[in-house]
Amino acid sequence: MSKSNGSQSSVKNIVFAGLGGQGVLKASDIAATAALLAGFDVKKSELHGMSQRGGSVTSDVRYGDLVRSPMVPSGEADILVVIAPDQIEVNRWQLREDGLLIEPSLIDLDALTNKKSLNVALLGVLSASSSIAKEHWTQAIREHLAEKLHEANFAAFDLGRTAAQREQRQ
Amino acid sequence: MNLSDRLLLSGDEAVALAARHSGVALMTGYPGTPSTEILETFVELGGKGQWAPNEKVALEVAIGASFGTARTMVTMKHVGLNVAADPLFTAAYAEVAGALVVVSADDPGMASSQNEQDNRHYAVAAGVPMLEPADSQEAYEYTRLAIEISERWLIPVLLRLTTRVCHAKTIVDAPDSRPELSEPSYTPEIARRVMIPANARPAHRRLRGKLAEMARWNEDVGPNLEIAGDRSLGIICSGVSYMHAREAAPDASFYKVGMTYPLPLAAIARFAKSVDRCVVIEEGDPWMVDAIRASGTAVQGKSPMYRFGELNVSRVRRILSHDESQEPVPPRGKPPELCPGCPHRSVYAALKNLGCIVQGDIGCYSLGALPPYEAMETLVCMGAAIGMGLGLRHVLPSEEARRVVSVIGDSTFVHSGITGLVEMVYNPPPDGHVVLILDNGTTAMTGMQEHPGTGRTIDHKRTGKLVIEDLVRAVGIQRVHVIDPARDPQGFQDLVAECLASRELAVIIARRPCVLAAGKIKQLEKCLEQE
Repeated sequence: MSKSNGSQSSVKNIVFAGLGGQGVLKASDIAATAALLAGFDVKKSELHGMSQRGGSVTSDVRYGDLVRSPMVPSGEADILVVIAPDQIEVNRWQLREDGLLIEPSLIDLDALTNKKSLNVALLGVLSASSSIAKEHWTQAIREHLAEKLHEANFAAFDLGRTAAQREQRQ
Repeated sequence: MNLSDRLLLSGDEAVALAARHSGVALMTGYPGTPSTEILETFVELGGKGQWAPNEKVALEVAIGASFGTARTMVTMKHVGLNVAADPLFTAAYAEVAGALVVVSADDPGMASSQNEQDNRHYAVAAGVPMLEPADSQEAYEYTRLAIEISERWLIPVLLRLTTRVCHAKTIVDAPDSRPELSEPSYTPEIARRVMIPANARPAHRRLRGKLAEMARWNEDVGPNLEIAGDRSLGIICSGVSYMHAREAAPDASFYKVGMTYPLPLAAIARFAKSVDRCVVIEEGDPWMVDAIRASGTAVQGKSPMYRFGELNVSRVRRILSHDESQEPVPPRGKPPELCPGCPHRSVYAALKNLGCIVQGDIGCYSLGALPPYEAMETLVCMGAAIGMGLGLRHVLPSEEARRVVSVIGDSTFVHSGITGLVEMVYNPPPDGHVVLILDNGTTAMTGMQEHPGTGRTIDHKRTGKLVIEDLVRAVGIQRVHVIDPARDPQGFQDLVAECLASRELAVIIARRPCVLAAGKIKQLEKCLEQE
């Protein structure tokens, strides 16, 4: 354990939200692994159990030089990634004032070969605002999804990443 | 640092990995959030692990294995330790041989539990040492340390985790260094293991002697961490609260307790004296603060409002600034509900139509208390549905008593419903009783675990199968029906009505596989048939 003081201003706070079965936890696992591969300290926290029967699910991912608490402090998320449109309002309080909301409307659903890849498409959007290199995201997707799903999810990731980059240029 | 050395593991996975690395020969348990993945991961990693019918049996099996010098662990959620408390208290007297580590996964905030009991009290009550990791790295290290402590003092060790340790993933550096262990063997130790009064009296004295020795060891070389920071504020904490507190007050001085029972009270006293203001930050009950104050050291605690729910960075900031104003209430998310196609739906629809007074139990079917059914009217603990239904039947006027039914799931029935059924035969209510065993072929709520009624082991191999209807008949119930509640909902409802009207003892086994598990169960059974 580090003896230095606990200051961690460099920590990036991301909250993933959605409904049970949408891949909220999978998305947060991929993001946490990507941060790990990029050499960051990383912590991820989630609630299992009752919430998985179609109810609201959230998962916190924090990365940076040094992360202490596994939970994003209330109202301090830098980025809120919401997979279910009806979960945006109930989770908005988690986002800091000038934080970034990543929502499904950023993705052209018709362009997704598999609708279940929406979580990964939103990771593509997230990746455009992160300091984690694309290769680490790709590797993390590979580690967390079965091989037969790789192509569809790489495509979904690129779709999201391109959409975000287009938006950033505008 | 070589990246391949860094693993991103949940606390549960880290405990399982440490158990493998320490040569744990047998791990037992009963599924319960947030503990379930420990045993599952241990088996995935190639360890010998098995689900027991309940936590009491799990611990008894582990005690036996430990008497045979094998290293053992038992996993359960906090309320599971209530079930296993009986063997735990006396195992503390009866000296173990191989390591015996009891994992209690507490759920402050009740993400998925019926209460938020604080199992640190069990360490004191049973007189067993307790370790509390703060993250996955410590979960790994403390598991290995718990094994050492158990074998050094021949005593069960309580490894207390909480939801945010179990289900948070943090980086672990885990060098695989497996010890050379000799084959399990048995040596009788009658005076030390037969806890009749004549042996238990000296055993209790021995236990207190061990605890005194462990307290001295904990003072000198225990897994506790002192961080010298700003002397104006000192924080005493343990477990994940340390992480929240270190972030909330990065410049403060810290005393982080790793072995929380017996507490290193002298070291804590020295630390408290070295700072201007000393605050104990702990989740749940004011347990550590009371113990420290009772030892004569003045420390501050938290306002009673922070006893409820989990701590986090924001709440620790509030505690430190004596902020007792109303906390912001986040908007309510979407509550969970029974899945579309869930067989429990037909059961609750029928019970609602019949105007039943439904005594409930713990599992997915607990969701029958929520809209749209709002049919299940009680939930206390595993197995309680049957006893509570009988109690109501005994005292209510006949016309009301006759509407009472008990609902209980298959895994819960095996866990602790069987004795309730024996009670029903032994002390039948005047108007009989109707028990519905909702058999969906899996332990659904905790994530589809096997149980004795599935006839498959934790790793889905064929094993002896408990046939619930045979057991129910053997207990002495005359009216036993097995029916698929979803195939013919009206037929099912008529059957319930008929049983209620009979004023006899009846058990209806509503059998249809969980809609989430059905495909997998079919596939497993097909594979097993081909073997």
